[in-house]
Amino acid sequence: MGRFVVRRTFSMALVLLAISILTFLIFQAIPNGDPAQRLAGRTATPETIAAIRHTWGFDKPIYAQYLITMKKVFGGTVISYAQQINVLDEIKRDLPATISLAIGAGVIWLGFGILFGLLSAIFAGKLADRALTVLAMVGVSSPVFLLGAVALYFFAYKAGIFPNGGYVPIQDDPLQWLSHMVLPWITLSVLFIGIYSRVLRSNLLDVMNEDYVRTARAKGIGERQVLLRHVLRTSLIPIVALWSLDFAAVIGGGAILTESVFNLQGVGQYAAQSIARFDVPPVLVIVMFGAFVVVLLSALSDIAFALLDPRIRLRSA
Amino acid sequence: MSVAPGTEASDVGAGLTARAGRSGPARRAGAQASAGIGPYRLALRRLRRNRVALAFGALFGVIVVLCLAAPIYAHDVAHTGPNANHVTEKVRVGGTLTNVVSLQGVPIGPTWHSRFLLGADGNGRDVAVRLLYGGRNSLIVGFLATLLTMALATVIGVAAGFYRGLADSVLSRILDIIWAYPAILLGIALGTSLALGGVTLGPFTIKGNSLLVPAFVIGIVYVPYVAKPIRGQVLALREQEFVDAARVQGAGSLRIMASEILPNLASTIIVFVPLMVANSVLLEAGLSFLGAGVQPPNPSWGTMIGEGIGQIPASIHLTFVPGVMLVLAMLGINVFGDGVRDAFDPRAKLRIEERAEEALQLTSEEAA
Repeated sequence: MGRFVVRRTFSMALVLLAISILTFLIFQAIPNGDPAQRLAGRTATPETIAAIRHTWGFDKPIYAQYLITMKKVFGGTVISYAQQINVLDEIKRDLPATISLAIGAGVIWLGFGILFGLLSAIFAGKLADRALTVLAMVGVSSPVFLLGAVALYFFAYKAGIFPNGGYVPIQDDPLQWLSHMVLPWITLSVLFIGIYSRVLRSNLLDVMNEDYVRTARAKGIGERQVLLRHVLRTSLIPIVALWSLDFAAVIGGGAILTESVFNLQGVGQYAAQSIARFDVPPVLVIVMFGAFVVVLLSALSDIAFALLDPRIRLRSA
Repeated sequence: MSVAPGTEASDVGAGLTARAGRSGPARRAGAQASAGIGPYRLALRRLRRNRVALAFGALFGVIVVLCLAAPIYAHDVAHTGPNANHVTEKVRVGGTLTNVVSLQGVPIGPTWHSRFLLGADGNGRDVAVRLLYGGRNSLIVGFLATLLTMALATVIGVAAGFYRGLADSVLSRILDIIWAYPAILLGIALGTSLALGGVTLGPFTIKGNSLLVPAFVIGIVYVPYVAKPIRGQVLALREQEFVDAARVQGAGSLRIMASEILPNLASTIIVFVPLMVANSVLLEAGLSFLGAGVQPPNPSWGTMIGEGIGQIPASIHLTFVPGVMLVLAMLGINVFGDGVRDAFDPRAKLRIEERAEEALQLTSEEAA
């Protein structure tokens, strides 16, 4: 077990290093044109541009720029081009909204994904299964920002049940927090419920064919017990693995569309606003942060599964 | 499940004989050739029986044709271009002359006339014309991205799975790294940095506002999602007898990959295509909505929805019109894609549904 953890941690560190280099290259090496020029604006004098180039370190070789950038990222001293504010402070300020979104939506989509998948498998081929399939299809075919916009139009502007976007910290007013979060939670969950219910349905139906399920039946265990104890438990492993990745992506700013539509002022929306300003440092940090959270959580979930299931441990060691 | 029992039974026997064939005819568990009928024809036959999938496929086809006909509609029906500005003009709606865009800046909604059939946007542009041109852009990006994804994923997946060892380690790590980014974040990172100044690839320069930029970005982002399953399949395929047989006959690695492995991957690749088109168009919509995809003034469904959301609640048609079209197109291709998957792998469906019926009967017996 110890060896498995060490191996997993080591490969995680390698992936994180590669991600930091790739992310840096995407922003520093790919864009054509002079970053100092972009920063200075159209009307800048050559002297200003030269000064900017020097202060931001654009005149140094690319590997030196990478090292400087990483030092700043991990030292927490990255400054945005456009607003000249500390990027990490901004991210810290935006995290509560993003975490509120991720936890609430994560619970909803996992719960309903399991419920719908279970119903779909129990009634496979029946009307209930067909209806849930149609719902899942509509769910995976609708872009999340469209769902959000439609939800805002009907429930906020027309019916006035929910506020039209924005975020209220939970410590300020828990009820307001809840009413601001309901629409974003549901909107973000729809796509995931569609995917999870389909995956769980086919997993469940596959596991029902396993020998140990037949053994359980042969022992005379009731059908409900077989389904819940033996079939569902095994089928949930890939679902939980999937969930930890999607959850990590939302924490890491991946719910950028939902956050933008509902004006939640989360990490993702900060990234969206920075893109609109062509402000590279915040986007660099958020993209790295997002990838880090994903890699970290997937390593943790791997280790957790290895603890729970000796087969995984043996296979990868 | 509508497959006749006879067909399924003959599949199994034919599958065994097919495996002995020299060049390993395309076969997969569940898609074996029955006597005299190729696996593709069999899949096609199954797909043809699936009315729902065909209907939705047709829906997608109609939308594609409509979007391709955008210039005809613009020229002969609406008599205006996708970026033509009519802010200061007036149109006759229900007998009264109305401003295309009111003094408060609210554009007219659907008029059901040839011009402004579906209303105008804040710049006085014809929404219906932009819808078709936007769809054309969205679909072009979606199809190009899918093409790139499938090509790259096949090459990487086959090479990694076939050569294993160092090549596999390197390629798999690269895939892992791309995989680690949330898709939309990598998309906006690449999209933003490429849209800044375009790309120069040798003698070719792609402008930042070209449709090729989002197509390239989306094509790259989705490579691991396809390459990983292909690699897994190649790992199993390379251990098959027909690969050994080809090697004994003196075929080199490239030859084996091209004429033994690749045909066996064809059904997997086909099954992935509709799925990837849907995902690519949806990602394009998301990126364009954020400003990192198709660049204005070029329309796309995503940019149109993005512009429309800013005008809620006064002009909801700006969100609804492209939104409904996008959802219909995605629904069409997704349901059709599901049908294609079932056609190539009917056994999975058959097995699980029979099994579920059995379980259900047991439950009801228990209850009784």
